[in-house]
Formats: sequence, structure tokens, C-alpha cells
Amino acid sequence: MKRKLNETETFSETTESEQPPSDGCVAKTSNKIIELRNISKSFDGEPVLNDISLCINDSEFITFLGPSGCGKTTTLRIIGGFESPDIGDVFFDGARINNLPPYKRQVNTVFQKYALFPHLNVYDNIAFGLRIAKVKEAEIKERVTEMLKLVNLRGFEKRNVNLLSGGQQQRVAIARALINKPKVLLLDEPLGALDLKLRKDMQVELKNIQTKTGITFIYVTHDQEEALSMSDTVVVMAEGKIQQIGSPTDIYNEPVNAFVADFIGESNIIDGVMLEDFKVRFAGHTFVCLDKGFEKNEPIDVVVRPEDVDVVAVERGMLTGTVSSVTFKGVHYEIIVDIDGFKWMIQTTDYVAPEETIGLYIEPDAIHIMKKSEYSNMFGDYSSFSDELEHLSDITEDIEE
Amino acid sequence: MTKKNVISENGIRRNPPQKKGLLQRYAAAPHIVWSVLFIIAPLIFVAYYSFTDADGVFTLANISAFFTEKYLIIFFRSVKLALIATAICLLLGYPIAYFISRSKPKTQKVLILLLMLPMWMNFLIRTYAIMVLVQDTGIINSFLGKFGIGPIHILGTEGAVIIGMVYDYLPFMILPIYSVMSKLDNRLIEAASDLGCNGFGVLRKVIFPLSLSGVISGVTMVLVPSISTFYISQKLGGVDTLLIGDVIEQQYTASNYNMTASLSLILMLILLVGLAIVNHYSDGDGGGMMP
Ligand SMILES: Nc1ncnc2c1ncn2[C@@H]1O[C@H](COP(=O)(O)OP(=O)(O)O)[C@@H](O)[C@H]1O
Ligand SMILES: [Mg+2]
Repeated sequence: MKRKLNETETFSETTESEQPPSDGCVAKTSNKIIELRNISKSFDGEPVLNDISLCINDSEFITFLGPSGCGKTTTLRIIGGFESPDIGDVFFDGARINNLPPYKRQVNTVFQKYALFPHLNVYDNIAFGLRIAKVKEAEIKERVTEMLKLVNLRGFEKRNVNLLSGGQQQRVAIARALINKPKVLLLDEPLGALDLKLRKDMQVELKNIQTKTGITFIYVTHDQEEALSMSDTVVVMAEGKIQQIGSPTDIYNEPVNAFVADFIGESNIIDGVMLEDFKVRFAGHTFVCLDKGFEKNEPIDVVVRPEDVDVVAVERGMLTGTVSSVTFKGVHYEIIVDIDGFKWMIQTTDYVAPEETIGLYIEPDAIHIMKKSEYSNMFGDYSSFSDELEHLSDITEDIEE
Repeated sequence: MTKKNVISENGIRRNPPQKKGLLQRYAAAPHIVWSVLFIIAPLIFVAYYSFTDADGVFTLANISAFFTEKYLIIFFRSVKLALIATAICLLLGYPIAYFISRSKPKTQKVLILLLMLPMWMNFLIRTYAIMVLVQDTGIINSFLGKFGIGPIHILGTEGAVIIGMVYDYLPFMILPIYSVMSKLDNRLIEAASDLGCNGFGVLRKVIFPLSLSGVISGVTMVLVPSISTFYISQKLGGVDTLLIGDVIEQQYTASNYNMTASLSLILMLILLVGLAIVNHYSDGDGGGMMP
């Protein structure tokens, strides 16, 4: 799902973060609650996780984001205690918990398809954990009522869970996990089965619950928009490896490689050469940029976001191209521009006509340089791009999940 | 949210009652003929014979005969032995069903096959096999004899009858329980574990309540044939282990059809009432095994 991010909503500030990317423990280590250290895991000889290292801070909303099959659920299950790593260690509050069974962990899970107990009503489902912990019925009643209020299900105590709607079942599942006051809540694509409208509402609600309770949320999704709008920290995964860890802003503005750039939002990924510090050459033109620290003439990938390219008169343009298609998107036009055979996607608020020749202007801070990686050249230009196809690929992904 | 929405979101379909088409109506005809010939008609005969004497004159003597000490002792013995056998089947069968349902799919197939294998044999032959096992010179006793134990006299006792019942009917306990357990969503088990249940807690709080329909169906399928069996007690039991099934058979061989009919009718009614009570208190889902 690729759509332009609403900048005013998602990014309140555009920070030039200097944090070292992709290192397992970027954040201050003082309040870390979970650490994964060099975790690898295979199923039937098929490697699924490859050297995963990660620190998770107390009270943060962290999201594992990646395409389906990249190992997000497996990582979550290792934290929950339902799988154990072949190699590597899991630490919780500083203690190694590799072999601690799930019922002894201060972690609760909201399962992908809710997994509510069909033989219990809403009240008894939510009270389940407290009953196991032998809490007094009077206190249970109080806490269940409080939970039902939190998830907006007041008055649902006696309902049969099998007859609730998907959204309501989801709320019960969240209440059932949260009532135990876990230190960490694991959520595996909790909104995957809901329709778009309900999903948006639940995103806001979940984020509110997280802020209100201060519980660490570890959230799994393959929806980049969901990840960017909810998380404090995003962990981008592909093929069992962590590609990048960072705030949504960092991930969007400073993708470390072509995979991340392509997966998060729309991006033009172009082959380039770093001539020297602050000077890059691509698309037949030499640009000034803000990046440094590369070898002289090092081949690199350049990413330019569609909204960062200005359409100007031909004589003022750094690049010149022909408009091959124009789509009206409400706030802006999405145009595909052919520049020497490479199709760029550009978003502009001014109308341009198809077949028109236009100039393009790119500011230094609109250019982001990435090291070459195994994902370079895997993502072509926008020549085969069509909204309809994009939409279709979304559906197939949803079915797979 | 409207009721309609709730139902559709869950994908639960409630088909409105439809008028039956001509074909549908007559498609049931062979079944009706079959039922009348082989179920209704015999039942009417049984009822007729129950309330008449050898000359076809109406009488309640056959019915009241059941409520005499002679028959009541035998009836309660049948119930007692059947209940013990059912309890043993449940205690043995439940863990076996649980074990099979938790094993790998391939292992499950093999284990179920092994379980069904004896059932393909005629049950008279199986009963003879048990006889060979438990008699004083049988395999069990000659094995024990090697250690200077025994021989333990089993054949002819109530114990032998119970062993026979358990052996013959255990699969009927395991299969419905297994059938329910194998359909149990593994995530429910993980969810229980996640919420603080240890292994036993998961069994008690989730697996057992969710397999209850299988248990009820298994209990029914063992209890009913155990109460009315006659061959097992004749081959494995002695004079004092006569069961109600044996008495019915004896009356039949003695050509006392009126007594045969009345005993059968009463036994059938008692079982029907029992089944109705069980059905009333279970949620009606018999794990697909309930008749
Ligand atoms: N229990 C399992 N046995 C075998 N393969 C598994 C098992 N669980 C996951 N896998 C495989 O591991 C890979 C990653 O799975 P998963 O962690 O569920 O990915 P994601 O949640 O990112 O979609 C997939 O290829 C999946 O088929
Ligand atoms: Mg998954």
C-alpha cells in the first residue's frame, strides 16, 4: 500500500537525525525492557530469521514492518515464548528468558485472529488471566468493568463472543490481554481482518490505549502507513533480516537502502555516483546534496520522493522530461515523467498536460543517498506503474495474510 | 450495530425456512418406506407383544414382571458394570485421545488406524480373544506364573465382563473425543498459556471444556451398548454376572416372546429417557459422532 504521507499529520518536525542506523541498540540503553541478541531461526532447514538484534525500550510503541513471510510473526512468537531461537538470546529486564515458558513471561499477546475462548462469554474471556492468577472475584469485576470501558464495550459482559463482530472481538482480545497489566503487549496484525474504515478508527484507539496505559506495544504489520502513523520506532524487516530501525520520520526520510525506500512510501530510486562530499551525479546531471562520507566516485542509490521534486519551466530545470501520464489525486496531481527513458513519479499541485515537456528542480535536501545493497536494481522505475495494479496487489496481499 | 450486521460479519448464515420442492419431498420416500418397514413396524410388534400374553390377550403382567426383585437385581447389575466400564473407558480414552490429537498429523493417521483395526474384526472374535487372554491357563496368567504369581482367576467374574466391555468399546470413547480435540484451534491453547496457564491449567480451563461434547458423545456410545450387551457377559462372565441383555436373549431362546418384548421395551425407554436428559444438558454438538 503506497500512498503519499500527509506530511502535516505524520511529521511534525523534520529532524536531521545523526543516529547510527540499523544498529540493534540505537536508543539509550537505560530503560530497555527487551533485547534480542543475534537471533537466528530456521523451520525445516529453511532459514526464517537471520541474526536479528534489537533493543526495545519501556513504554514505546515499536512496530515490525515488512512484507508477508519476512519473519515478523516468528520474531513476535520468540518474544512471547511460543518459539525458541536456534541461535541467539532473548533478554527481558536484563534476564535471559530463552527457555521461559509463555505463562511465566510478563508479556501478553493479542493474536492475529483474536483466539477468543468460544466457551466463555465476554466477561469470562477478559477475566481469564485474573482467575488463573487467583485474584478475588470482587477485584476481577472491578477490573473487567474498567477494561470494558477502556475498549468501549460497556454492557457487553454477558455477550457470546462468537456472535460479536470482528471489531468487537478484537476489542475483547485487547482487553483480555491488557487486564493482566503486562509489561509488554504483543500485537500480531491485530487489525488485518477489519475493513478499512474500522481499521483507521482502531489505529487511533490502539494508539490512545498505549499512551494511556504506558505499556510497551510490539506491533506487527505489513501496512507501512499503519506503521508510520502509530509507532515511536519502526523496525523494517525483509527476508528474515532487519533492514532499518528508526523513528517513522527517519525511516521515511533516510531509508538505508533501496528496499526500505521502495517499501515505505513512493520513491524514485536512481543509480548514481557520489563524486565527492555533497556532490552527486545521476540522471545525467550533477547535483548538490547534503550527504557525505562516501568514497570518491562510489556507486550509490539515490532516492528522491515524488513530493520533493519541483516542476519548473524547461530553461530553469536541472532535468528535462516529458509527461507521460497525469492522475488527479485531490490534493495534488500524480504525474509520470519520462527523463531519458527512466520514468519518475512526481507529485505537483500545478496542472501539467500530458506530452508536455517540463523542467524539474531538485533541492539539495530532497536528495537522499543510500549505499548500494543487495536490493539495488531490484526496483525499477514507474514505467509499469498503474493505480489499478497497485490496488490489486494490495488485495492479493490481504488474502495471503 | 444492527443484528443483521453482526451475523453477516461473522459469516454465520441463517437460511430462512424454504418450501420444499417436489423432488425434495419425494427424495425422502425410500427412507420413509425403509423406516416404516424396519423401525416403526418392529416397534409396534414389540409394543404389541409387551402388552399381551401368549394367547394375544391384553395384560400388564409382562411389564410388572420387570419390577420384581429378580429382574431389578440384574438390571442394576447391568447398569453398574456398564457405568464402571464407561468410567474406565473415559479415564483411559481421554488421555489417549489427547495424546493422539497433539501428535504430528502423520503419526495421528497411523495411531487412528491402529485404533480402528480391531474394530474391523467381528466383536465375537474379539471377545474370544479376551477369553484366551484372561482364562486361568491364558496368556496373562502364564506370564504371571513365570514370576510365581497367580493364577489370578478372572474369567467368570464381573472383572472379566468389565475388561471385555472396555476392550470392545474403548474406540467408541476415543474417536469422538479425538475428533473434537483435533479440531481445536491451537491458538486457543497458546492464548491460555499466554494468559498464565501451565500445562495442566490449559487442559482444565480450555481443552477439557471444549472437548466436553466429545466426552458426552463418547460416554453415550460406550454406556448404551454396555448396558444392553449379552455376548460379553455370556463368554467372559459367570452365573452371577448375568446382564439384562442375557435375560432378554434367554427369554427369546425359550420362545417367550412376550417377556422378550416387554424387557426390550422397558430397557429401550430407560435408555431413551437417559439420552434425552444428556442431550438436553449438552449443547447438541456431539462432535459429529452422536447418532
Ligand atoms: N511453524 C512453522 N513451520 C514451518 N515454517 C514456518 C512456521 N512458522 C513460520 N514459517 C515460515 O517462516 C516464514 C516467516 O513466517 P512469519 O514469521 O509468519 O512471517 P510474517 O509474519 O512476516 O508474515 C514463512 O516463510 C513461513 O512459511
Ligand atoms: Mg505474520
